Amino acid sequence: MEVSRHWRLNEQRYALIGETCDSCGTKLFPPRDVCLECEAPAKELYTFTGVGEIYSYTTVYEAPAGFAEYAPYTVALVKLEEGPVVTAQLTDVAKADLHIGMKVEMVTRKLRTDGSEGMIIYGYKFRPQLEMA
Amino acid sequence: MDGYRPEDGLMKPDKEVGIVGYGAYVPRYRLPATAVSQMWTDGEGGTPIKEKAVNGLDEDVITMSVEAARNTLLRAQINPQHIRAVWIGSESHPYAVKPSSTIVAEAIGAVPNTLGADWEFACKAGTEAMQAAMGVVGSGMARYAMSIGMDTAQGRPGDALEYTAAAGGAAVLIGPAAESVAIINGSYSYVTDTPDFWRRAHATYPSHGDRFTGEPAYFKHVTTAARAMMEAMGTTSADYDWAVFHQPNAKFPQRAAQELGFSAEQIAPGLLSPRIGNTYSGSSIIGLTAILDVAQPGDRILMVSYGSGSGSDAFDLTVTERLLEVRDRAPSTETYIARRTEIDYATYTRFREKIKMN
Repeated sequence: MEVSRHWRLNEQRYALIGETCDSCGTKLFPPRDVCLECEAPAKELYTFTGVGEIYSYTTVYEAPAGFAEYAPYTVALVKLEEGPVVTAQLTDVAKADLHIGMKVEMVTRKLRTDGSEGMIIYGYKFRPQLEMA
Repeated sequence: MDGYRPEDGLMKPDKEVGIVGYGAYVPRYRLPATAVSQMWTDGEGGTPIKEKAVNGLDEDVITMSVEAARNTLLRAQINPQHIRAVWIGSESHPYAVKPSSTIVAEAIGAVPNTLGADWEFACKAGTEAMQAAMGVVGSGMARYAMSIGMDTAQGRPGDALEYTAAAGGAAVLIGPAAESVAIINGSYSYVTDTPDFWRRAHATYPSHGDRFTGEPAYFKHVTTAARAMMEAMGTTSADYDWAVFHQPNAKFPQRAAQELGFSAEQIAPGLLSPRIGNTYSGSSIIGLTAILDVAQPGDRILMVSYGSGSGSDAFDLTVTERLLEVRDRAPSTETYIARRTEIDYATYTRFREKIKMN
């Protein structure tokens, strides 16, 4: 596993830090430095609220290498409230509750581990929004 | 030598400090104690609690600390760049070498001008990290310091501890008294070399001294620390609205409370072990967060932790008006406890990585 490749993504993976466009206000995730709407430079950092809804989803039973220990798991396209759609695993969700439009929120979880001696990679997943007791 | 009395050990910083924000985390999975007894004792005999909280496959002390710390910041509403220390007390840090605290500090936006270290003192590492935070804030070295007690505790299959060893914990942000939801009036620690419980390097599960964990260990340290704390503050159990004692099971904290003159009502809101188990480093602090979720301004709270090996940290706190402003900015401790998905023993062994995959 390349340590540096993961380390470079710490900010966006841990805290959903993307960018905002000075010209038109579009929010970008992942950060691209150029606005997808107006093509102006967009380098100002923006921390997303992490709140969104499920746009679509599928459940993975035959997981790729590195993810087998978590299978079966559900991957979703999550439409963030600021606009961008991100691909992420869902967590803490019962299969029977899953539906398009479900309100979800970002949490930081283990994404994978590099064997028993390698790095533990952390990043964003989404779970159903907590219902306050 | 000068005469020395236990109450001379009162710790109180020059500048008054308190808890500026707090946040809990409990994973959603619950293993009923009956699932353990059915597996190992044919369902015979009693169980020490109703059920315990179990972390999911993608959760560990780091991910759980991140959420508790975020809840703390939601309540405190401060710029995380002002945090000068992120300290995590745990006996289940995911790495043997590599701080959990740097990952948590990065995730909450507290890097790079911060201290970051992991603490270990069995179940009291989190409260000792609180005392250290009182020191750096109370001396003026820092405006804020984050202290976390969090664990995904290990229990050997079939052992008495398997019923209770649970996952969860809480974070507190220590800062100036003027910004606090609860002012810390003072703290006191009682520490001796008492080998009641330990886990050697590279060992998967802890060992313990069975009945030895009671009288000379838990009760001696908890009650001595509590009595000395009250002696130093000039208080009795009647002066406190609420109390929380470390909760290795349901019985120990209730007996300690009774011996110290506290009623069942005084410890009720903080007594979480019957429903979530022993969250080790998180146990007393998460009890405190549950109390803060119901306390009123002016209420006085006694918290006493216990860590094997052994020691107890006592804290005397007074709730301020500000608690009512910040309380509902983050999920309550009860929100997490109520979010409950029961699992069976087989699922538990998978979640706790007891199944050998290769």
